[in-house]
Amino acid sequence: MTDDARIEGLLRAAAPQALAALVRRYGRFDACEDAVQEALLAAAVQWPRDGVPDEPRGWLITVAGRRLTDHWRAEEARRRREEAFEPPPSAGRDDSLTLLFLCCHPALTPASQIALTLRAVAGLTTAQIARAFLVPEASMAQRISRAKQTIKAAGGRFEAPPEAERGERMRAVLHVLYLIFNEGHTATSGPDLVRRELTGEAIRLTRDLHALLPGDGEVAGLLALMLLTDARRAARTHADGSLVPLAEQDRSRWDAEAIREGVALVSGALAAAPLGPYQLQAAIAAVHAEAPRAEDTDWPQILRLYELLEHFGGGPMVSLNRAVAVAEVHGPRAGLELLETLEGDRRLRGHHRLEAVRAHLLERAGEPIAAGRSYRAAARATTSLPERRYLEACAARLSPARSTR
Amino acid sequence: MRYMLLIYNNPATLEALSEEEKSAVFGDVDAIMTELRESGELVGGEALAHPSTAKTVRRESGAVAATDGPFAEAKEQFAGYLAVDCETEERALEIALRWPDPKHGGAIEVRAVMQQSGTEM
Repeated sequence: MTDDARIEGLLRAAAPQALAALVRRYGRFDACEDAVQEALLAAAVQWPRDGVPDEPRGWLITVAGRRLTDHWRAEEARRRREEAFEPPPSAGRDDSLTLLFLCCHPALTPASQIALTLRAVAGLTTAQIARAFLVPEASMAQRISRAKQTIKAAGGRFEAPPEAERGERMRAVLHVLYLIFNEGHTATSGPDLVRRELTGEAIRLTRDLHALLPGDGEVAGLLALMLLTDARRAARTHADGSLVPLAEQDRSRWDAEAIREGVALVSGALAAAPLGPYQLQAAIAAVHAEAPRAEDTDWPQILRLYELLEHFGGGPMVSLNRAVAVAEVHGPRAGLELLETLEGDRRLRGHHRLEAVRAHLLERAGEPIAAGRSYRAAARATTSLPERRYLEACAARLSPARSTR
Repeated sequence: MRYMLLIYNNPATLEALSEEEKSAVFGDVDAIMTELRESGELVGGEALAHPSTAKTVRRESGAVAATDGPFAEAKEQFAGYLAVDCETEERALEIALRWPDPKHGGAIEVRAVMQQSGTEM
């Protein structure tokens, strides 16, 4: 490992701990976050030149603390307000979990929760987050700064949420981690490589959370879901970035170690903890992962799991996936009938996934002309270039003469 | 979700505006740009030079060549764009609805930007 990589690793690990320590002491998330960013910049300049300090975290806390008091001395009136701020009680709470709860504050939009979590908990720089989300650095800096102001205005504090809100807040945290994972997982190639690193960040953060809360079945379920989904990464795209559907993937390229860990995690959670949607999604991914060939997939089991998932308020995408499972178990006509009942859902009207599933089922039902029409409709509706390319190829395969290419 | 707001206007109509009306147009644009910068939704944007200065490259009599003038012979011409990253399409439309050009005979086309990401099918 190069010195720079080693220093970056140290900083990434120490930054959230330093931030948590400062927020615990001074109580003001926005100011502490700015101070830690300044300390990180100082470290990035000084450490390669002067060597890494013995206590990287202590160094960051000292430097950031000095920046904080400098700022507050410069603003005497503000400093007095800070002293009046009651420091939060500190018994028996875990700092990084509290930091996650704060970054996923309900007053923020998911996009802001993601940006703030990546910076304050994952320790990414604003420039890295901006690159991953394809916006100018100034725009991302502005979003993060507004997110901190919003938390402050909403009275967000560095303390565990009240017991009554804990379940809801925990769901928000897991959702943000899931969204970060998905941003990286759906990345294909080329300019998306920076985004792909988000997958590793999400897994790392969820792994840390699982270490803190080993008895939480949904945390274990989410970690398992991420591992089982990420296990397919090498097989899900061709070298040119085009998509390979699950049924056609080269399963020898799936990551066996990640599958083993994911299956063990979800099995443990299902046996010991109350059932939840992430565990169910992980269980579905595990059934796929355990089939040596696509035709060996235990579809009746997958269908049962989707039915259970719908009981947890699955949403339209879960229903679409259930239609695919129904078609595998009871034939394509049964799947198409289920699709018709979903047409009325406003969230699905004109959605490319609905048309893509319909096209797939029509093709299976032996209706190539109608299937081609649906593939083309799906290709027009998607805003993803790799999906459009895949769907157009499906349409062209069914009616080469009428190819729109 | 990223959107492009493609701005079309009639240069003759804009030239005919009074100074007061022009100031109002610039004021509206400034206010929206400031808001987008502060919200972190701004991805980029450019205003284009007058269409009479345009050159268009197309295939004519068998060869690709550049000719003077804009692509389309129309009163309304492409005048510039705004790229935004918004939570919803409604928000992108809301920005377009406040942009001044449509009030003066122009139009704004709101189009989602294609992304490289894709989900397993």
